[in-house]
Parts: sequence; structure tokens; C-alpha cells
Amino acid sequence: MANPLRGEVIRLYKNLLYLGREYPQGAAYFRERLKSAFMKNKDVTDPEKIKKLVARGDFVIKELEALYFLRKYRAMKKRYYEPEK
Amino acid sequence: MSGRVLVGVKRVIDYAVKIRVKPDNSGIVTDGVKHSMNPFCEIAIEEAVKLKEKKLIKEVVAVSCGPQQSQETIRTALAMGADRGIHVEVTGKDYETLGPLQVSKIMAALAKKEDAQLIILGKQAIDDDCNQTGQMTAALLDWPQGTFASEVALEGDKVKVVREIDGGLETIKINTPAVVTADLRLNTPRYATLPNIMKAKKKKIANMKPADLGVDLTSRLEVLRVDEPPQRQAGVKVETVDDLDSLMNNWTVFHKCTQRTSLCVVLIPLLETVTPEDMRKEEC
Repeated sequence: MANPLRGEVIRLYKNLLYLGREYPQGAAYFRERLKSAFMKNKDVTDPEKIKKLVARGDFVIKELEALYFLRKYRAMKKRYYEPEK
Repeated sequence: MSGRVLVGVKRVIDYAVKIRVKPDNSGIVTDGVKHSMNPFCEIAIEEAVKLKEKKLIKEVVAVSCGPQQSQETIRTALAMGADRGIHVEVTGKDYETLGPLQVSKIMAALAKKEDAQLIILGKQAIDDDCNQTGQMTAALLDWPQGTFASEVALEGDKVKVVREIDGGLETIKINTPAVVTADLRLNTPRYATLPNIMKAKKKKIANMKPADLGVDLTSRLEVLRVDEPPQRQAGVKVETVDDLDSLMNNWTVFHKCTQRTSLCVVLIPLLETVTPEDMRKEEC
């Protein structure tokens, strides 16, 4: 496996794992899917393809952050503010 | 002006957790329950960090009062961009009776000690919903306050605050030093990702006790009892169309045909037992 990219992939995995702790359907569910997704691609050696997959992983991180924010925002709005007529 | 902003953060039970009342009704169950930073405090930190990124202020100091675990909350604040943290250690009985009055006394003492230009707090905590700490802090310091802020702009030595009030939006201009409390729509707090948390490990968290600040923590309130809100009344399921008929005769609301259409949702499970002839009898 290309050496510098190995670090990238491991960094991505750690970040996703950390984000997955707050996943609404449970951290264990998230971890299973994360591991199987990474294992599916474990034999990819082409650096270009690896870079693309890492970019996709970064995109998933952004999506998760947005999901968490929206969930919290909607919960706060529902609890503390009158519904708009 | 020192260009320093104090931000108060509170460690509360996570917003998504279902709260359970202790069997003896003396409080709520907090052991082993997931805690996190109060959402309004996250918004407060985000605003302070944004001001620093715009180079309008020089330093963001995150403050939290509570037991050892409050340090995690301060670490999250540091990961979001605060420069250093101050942990005011309050444990045991004192922590159970810690309320807005005590916290505002601590914040006031710290503001004087750190020579803060601005204090930003969340408008209320999601566990006690007091909405008092910001206002009390401003009163103790005799500083102006901009509460329920949905927009904050620093203009020289004044702060322009757009406040969300019942009638709409109010724009005020207040002198610094001032206290601002953050409302939901002030900004979008950033998520403290793992790399940021790692970087934040290098930042300092100072430890101190309320006695060091000369603050007396005795509470003037005593919690007598904690109860769950009343359970929602369960809906009534009917077995046959005749039961439904008698039920509906007892509800004076259901006279118009239009009202019955909303009952179709209840009728769906009955469709196997109800024949089309029966349905036609029910039509008015």
C-alpha cells in the first residue's frame, strides 16, 4: 500500500469512528457499516483511486456534521420556540 | 481594552437523552448518562471564535463550573477554537445546589480578574431552563446586557446587538464591557472533530476553587420534589363499527361528515372486518 496514503486512510477511519459515536441509530451500527465499507476497499492500490475514496470519506464527514447540527437545531427549535403560523 | 472574551459553558445531560426521574423524586438520574455541552453554550463559543477570526478580539477564554468532568466540556470548547480554559471546581453538595446566582457571582469575579471586554453566555441551559445567569452577571458587574442575541457586531467600543423578542427583532447599541446571551439563530456552531480535539490538548486549562475568587456558594433555594410531566392520554382503539358509533355519539365534535374522514386512519385496521355495506350505512 502507498505509504503516505496509508496515514490518510487511517486518519479518515479514526475521524469517522469518532463522529459515529453520536450516530442516531447507535454507535455500534455505525461502526459495523464503517468497517465493512473500509474492508470492501482494502485491496485498492492505485493512488488515484485511494485519493478519490478518501475524498468521498471526507464528504461523508461533512454530511454527518450537517446531520448532527440539523438534528440538534430542529430539537431546540421544537422545544423552545412557538411553531410559525 | 484587553480584547478578551469570557465564554461560559455548561455541562448538561445530552439533549437527545430521555430524562429519568429518581425513584425518590429528589432529582433526575445523572450517573452513567451521556453529558455534553449545552447547545446554547456551543453557539456562544462559536460567536466568540468568529469574533476572534475577524480579529475583533484577541483571546477567547472558556469557563465552566462543576466537577472534574466539566473539563471535558472545556476541552470541547478549546477544540472549537477557544484559546484557554478555566475550570472552577465545584463538587458534591455545592454542585447539586449550584444555580444561576452562584455561577453569575463566579463569572463576575472572573470578569474582573481577567479584565474581560465581553462575556458571552448561552441564553439558557437545557437542564434547568433558568435563563438567568447572563442577566444576573450583568447586574452584578453593572454592565449593559444584550440578551437573546441573534446578531452581534462589534463597532469600536460599542456592541450592536439584534435581539429576538416576542414582538420581532430589536436592535440595540450597548457600551463595552458588556454581557451577551446567545439565542438559537446567532450562528451555526462548528463540530469539534478529532483533529481539533487533538490540537486542543496543548491548550491550558487553569484550575481554581470558588473560594479563590471569594465567592460564597450557599444557595437560597431548596429543591423539594421533582416529578415527571403527566403522561399523554393513550388513544382509544375500537373493536367493531358499533363501538365506534357509540364512541362518536359521545363526542359532540363529530357531527359533520368532514370530521369522519380524519377517523379513517383509525378505521384502516377495521377494513378487514367491515364490509362495504356497513361503510355505506355510516355515510351521512
